[in-house]
Amino acid sequence: MRDLKDTADDGHETRVPSACEICHDAAPSKKEGKTGVSREESVEARLKRLELPFNAYGVDPYGVSRWHVGVFMKVLAFFYRNYFRVSCHGIEHVPARGRAMLVGNHSGGVAVDGAMIIASAFLEMEPPRLAQGMAEKFINAFPVASPWASRCGQFPGLPEHAVRLLEEERLLMVFPEGARGTAKLYSERYDMVEFGTGFMRLALKTRTPIIPFGFLGGGAAIPTVANLYGLGRALGVPYVPVTPWVLPLPLPVPLEIHYGEPMVFEGTGNEEDTVIQGYVGQVKERIAGIIDRRRHERWEGR
Amino acid sequence: MRILILGIGGAVARRVALELREQGHQVTGIDTRPWEDAPADVEVHQVDLRKRAAEEVFRARRPEVVVHMATVTSLRVQGEERHRINLGGTRVVFEHCRAYGVKHVVFVGRHTFYGAAPDSPLYHTEDEPPKELASFPELADLVAADLYAATALWRDPGMTTSVLRMCYTLGPSAQGTLATFLRGRRVPMVMGYDPLFQFMHEEDVADAIVRTVEKRVRGIFNVTGPQPLPLSVIIRETGRLPVPLPMPVLRQLIGRFGLPRLPPGALYHLKYPIVMDGHAFHEATGFTHRHDEVQTLQAFREAWPPPRPRRQEMREFLGALTSAR
Repeated sequence: MRDLKDTADDGHETRVPSACEICHDAAPSKKEGKTGVSREESVEARLKRLELPFNAYGVDPYGVSRWHVGVFMKVLAFFYRNYFRVSCHGIEHVPARGRAMLVGNHSGGVAVDGAMIIASAFLEMEPPRLAQGMAEKFINAFPVASPWASRCGQFPGLPEHAVRLLEEERLLMVFPEGARGTAKLYSERYDMVEFGTGFMRLALKTRTPIIPFGFLGGGAAIPTVANLYGLGRALGVPYVPVTPWVLPLPLPVPLEIHYGEPMVFEGTGNEEDTVIQGYVGQVKERIAGIIDRRRHERWEGR
Repeated sequence: MRILILGIGGAVARRVALELREQGHQVTGIDTRPWEDAPADVEVHQVDLRKRAAEEVFRARRPEVVVHMATVTSLRVQGEERHRINLGGTRVVFEHCRAYGVKHVVFVGRHTFYGAAPDSPLYHTEDEPPKELASFPELADLVAADLYAATALWRDPGMTTSVLRMCYTLGPSAQGTLATFLRGRRVPMVMGYDPLFQFMHEEDVADAIVRTVEKRVRGIFNVTGPQPLPLSVIIRETGRLPVPLPMPVLRQLIGRFGLPRLPPGALYHLKYPIVMDGHAFHEATGFTHRHDEVQTLQAFREAWPPPRPRRQEMREFLGALTSAR
């Protein structure tokens, strides 16, 4: 129906399009929709173009399942498009194929940032890609979360997994701040805690380009006022974030993702710590630059 | 070559024996289980490996190659006896091999060596240590046998030792841990978990062992076939009914109500995957599997269709009774 209305609004000759035209228009790319109402492609259509080696049962060698990814992406797409209304910039910096590492800051007390990065790689890229996170190890110890994380390609953050996935030319998502980063309080939402250096050694060893990204808004969506470490220990998680409304449920705050130009470092991965820390500092600086620029623009309402 | 196969009564071992015999090797076997329809030129000694009679086979037949497949899992043998068979047996085999000048020993171990844990990586490589023994102590003797066999690599440099870690076997014979687990109509799962299972067709398993004998490769190798699949997919594609139960309930129910009997530690293998990287073996021997995951599951399903529900059997029986009248 939307197609019909668009035609009428544009002042063109109003006619009922043939079935064939409707079929053709059913899956337009986002670019075509610029002139009219933004028409978004369904998750199913994108799922078909996802380039993963699925077998006859729709399972890839790592247990990533087409069906599970579909359900996961449908949920993420709702949050990405309708709830958080994520604005994504610079997605062209993420290579369409081949190994790459998305490296950015944590923003928000629960994994909203990671989820939206995964959604952006799937919904904005052409062809869609599955960003595979290096999840916290505790996730795998929980029922339901364990198989869902695995079926959606979010494996425990082990160096073995990272190397293997990069060597298979996959897209890796890394938050070098780790769990310390998600524990940032509301007042620290634009700060970054210390970066781990493991990702840099892996990038050098596997000769992987790093695509830095800045993530903004997560701290406002989940304004953490305190973290309960004792309760976390009892539940088997690193901590439990507390918001003014107690539960860490996110507000529908617009989020922003800014991808920067790829950074390529030369080396073997066996360099001394000081050298690696220098490289990590460069990546951190790039991300901090993105965040700094945007936080001021956001403040001014741009 | 003169080849001695220990544990020749098993389905895979029989295939290995037949294939080696076809290639013109002289095959002898030892097992406590009989092999009634063994070919006339395959000599089967029905003795216990740890007894004097078994040593006599080594002494009299002077094998050049020994394939050691006489280990058992906790599904078949419980307690001390399993320990004696696995570790004691393996020790005796290597002692005999040393004493009677065997040139090549193949120890056929299992991928459960690596253990299942929430933080263990997918695709284990051969250099990784065993894990999670505390949660599954019934596995300790197999792990110890594997490690003991590997010591022969430096202890007896003159003898070639191959330690193979095989993934689960599936196929028409329906023998082996996974096949036994899948035999019934209902297959238990741990609620909220669905680990990847790695399996290969029994013909491919036999082929891998034959290749190891042919190529005489030295070292420790993971032997794998097609890509792993989630347990739920395996259960569904073999026509079985998955029964997801919470862990504490499952612990009480295993071995009852038609559910397979398992030691409590085995339940961890229903929560977390053990997936191996088989590249080293492929490079050393050129082995690649011939049956993919779809064919392997089909082969098992055709040979072992899911048992029919009792209700249906009863109804048919009653139907037959009434029509007979």
